[in-house]
Amino acid sequence: MRHIISILMENEPGALSRVVGLFSQRNFNIETLNVAPTEDPSLSRLTVTTIGDDRVIEQITKHLNKLIDVVKLVDLTEGNHIERELMLVKVKAIGAARDEVKRTADIFRAQVVDVTPNLYTVQITGDAVKLDAFLQAMAPIGILEVARTGVSGIARGDKVLSL
Amino acid sequence: MELLSGADMIARFLQDEGVEYIYGYPGGAALHIYDALFRQDKVKHILVRHEQAATHAADGYARAAGKPGVVLVTSGPGATNAVTGIATAYMDSIPMVVLCGQVMSHLIGDDAFQETDIIGVTRPIVKHSFSIRHPSEIPEVLKKAFHLAATGRPGPVVVDIPKDMTAPTERYEYVYPKKVKMRSYNPVTRGHTGQIKKAVDMILKAKRPVFYTGGGVVTGKASEGLTNLVKQLGYPITTTLMGIGAYPQGDDQCLGWLGMHGSYESNMAMHHADLIIAIGARFDDRVTNNTSKFCPTAKIIHVDVDPSSVSKTVRADVPIVGPASSVINEMISLVQGKEIANPEAVSAWWQQINGWRAEREGKLYESSKPGEVLKPQEVVEALCRVTRGEAFVTTDVGQHQMFAAQYYKFEKPNRLITSGGLGTMGFGFPAAMGIKQNYPDDDVVCVTGEGSFQMMMQELSTCKQYGIGVKIVNLNNASLGMVRQWQDLNYKSRHANSYMESLPDFHLLIEAYGFTAITVNTLDELDAALERTFADKHELVFLDVKVDPHEHVYPMQVPLGSMRDMLLSKTERT
Ligand SMILES: Cc1ncc(C[n+]2csc(CCOP(=O)(O)OP(=O)(O)O)c2C)c(N)n1
Ligand SMILES: [Mg+2]
Repeated sequence: MRHIISILMENEPGALSRVVGLFSQRNFNIETLNVAPTEDPSLSRLTVTTIGDDRVIEQITKHLNKLIDVVKLVDLTEGNHIERELMLVKVKAIGAARDEVKRTADIFRAQVVDVTPNLYTVQITGDAVKLDAFLQAMAPIGILEVARTGVSGIARGDKVLSL
Repeated sequence: MELLSGADMIARFLQDEGVEYIYGYPGGAALHIYDALFRQDKVKHILVRHEQAATHAADGYARAAGKPGVVLVTSGPGATNAVTGIATAYMDSIPMVVLCGQVMSHLIGDDAFQETDIIGVTRPIVKHSFSIRHPSEIPEVLKKAFHLAATGRPGPVVVDIPKDMTAPTERYEYVYPKKVKMRSYNPVTRGHTGQIKKAVDMILKAKRPVFYTGGGVVTGKASEGLTNLVKQLGYPITTTLMGIGAYPQGDDQCLGWLGMHGSYESNMAMHHADLIIAIGARFDDRVTNNTSKFCPTAKIIHVDVDPSSVSKTVRADVPIVGPASSVINEMISLVQGKEIANPEAVSAWWQQINGWRAEREGKLYESSKPGEVLKPQEVVEALCRVTRGEAFVTTDVGQHQMFAAQYYKFEKPNRLITSGGLGTMGFGFPAAMGIKQNYPDDDVVCVTGEGSFQMMMQELSTCKQYGIGVKIVNLNNASLGMVRQWQDLNYKSRHANSYMESLPDFHLLIEAYGFTAITVNTLDELDAALERTFADKHELVFLDVKVDPHEHVYPMQVPLGSMRDMLLSKTERT
């Protein structure tokens, strides 16, 4: 099953490489990875999506917790949560396709954020399924470049991941 | 307020931390530190002849002394030479702090002379690592390094120190940090009481129980408690290779050790048990054999200080995360005054176990015939006799390692010192040096093979420099015996590169360093030679014993089988 694990870790050089290294060293898989500092500059939040059965996920969270730089973590998929990813896509937009791209973007509540005579750059946010669907819709028109941030997420309700 | 350079801070910190020995080898990036060590005399630096030996010596010291071993190496090749020893310590959870010189910080990333990203290289084989970014951080970082190395599940910690951090011209305030605070590191100090109660309940009700205990009991200094608990219950116990001696092997309740080359009765008991009480052991593949066939009728209680060890390879029915010593003590107080529920079943269990014992009694190996080449097993038995089972025994890796573990009877923890997890040839001799320095009046003997010894034999020179009187018993089968055994069993005896065609004359070699060497060819020479070897505790003696190259280590678990699937000799199997 797919899991989204969010980690608060020391904002130290080397911390990220330890987390990433752990996944390759122990043969765990990383689907997406996203990391940035939090409101507390001494902490970074890293969100990783991974696929594995319960045994593997248990091992992943235990080994992550064991890393000295990891302060706290949560498996968001254990409860209700919000999952978002941002994607920028350059799509061919010539002739009739110009309207088609714009219309589809509207349907997906995506925005065209840059324009040239030949292409549109579209920005879209949502969960991974929505982004995949948008890419599928664009594929016949001609995708030139895709930049995805990887999944970020947060628990619904009063639950808070903090120190 | 005291102002010190980074290098002097390191020397001062080591003093304040109570470090007695530091094992190392100098080089450009470490020279400021070497100079600071030179200008003090509390911390003794031992100059090895290869950085790998520094890590193994520190490792041996740490295992015997129960506190972190300390290593100092220079950047680049100095640091990479230490890697094997760091990995060895990591696999066996040994506390160690490795200080590595590094190129000047402004050169990092330029492929500067002797620059290696040692933090990157060692990342998967350390408990943690630090890079010094400002000299003023040194006391705090070193304190953290020692704290991390020694607490929780111990392990090696690497500290990378760019040369400019130790420059003699830059001075900063030095205060020895008495305490450490790390918000992200809080190792458990006791197990969950509810879980422990549940476990004790199962323990008291068991019909075919076995204790299976490992290195965690040894590093966790819990062997006294373990012995009390097991005695009180009257249950059988088997240990891992790393756990040997945590429970006295001469005691009737001890079945020996288990796993690939463990005793017949240990492996049989594990396979037939209804309850396995695992403490400080990690269900490693050399123990479990095929996990899907592992102990089919047993419930499993697993006590470990490292949560990630629990249910890693074999699912625990009652997981308990906590240090062996405190969990065992809680168990003792819960067991106290209570009777076991099924004394009859347990005594029937003992009958079954004693039956397994009797089956193999006197059949473990065939002694040598008069005048013929010795069997390695009888050499170890004689060694145990002559040293009254009291020596520190280090080993290298191979058949001799298994024979040492099988035929030397250990009554105390930390007396068998061996590379169990990584299986590092070359470990034994330098480890023995480290132990001997902590226990100068004890017998410290390295049981080795001619293959392994040649991996670290340059350390004879270190022993000469510091007068380190370790004993070396070379079980010389003129082959890489363990490799050869596998080739006999799996490759129709095609001995691809497993024999040693041009062994040195060990006698001459040892004498070149000014030490005594004794050669033994037959059984009648053995006892006198051993007596001579151990006559003077402070003299290094090398005993070169020619042993049968055709001998195999048995029992040997059949690959992919269960615990009870074993080859018992060249012709018998279960
Ligand atoms: C550094 C290292 N390289 C290779 C091996 C693989 N290996 C395991 S046992 C062994 C043979 C050891 O020969 P020797 O030291 O003579 O011991 P014997 O088995 O003959 O008693 C080898 C090569 C190892 N364990 N460590
Ligand atoms: Mg050999």
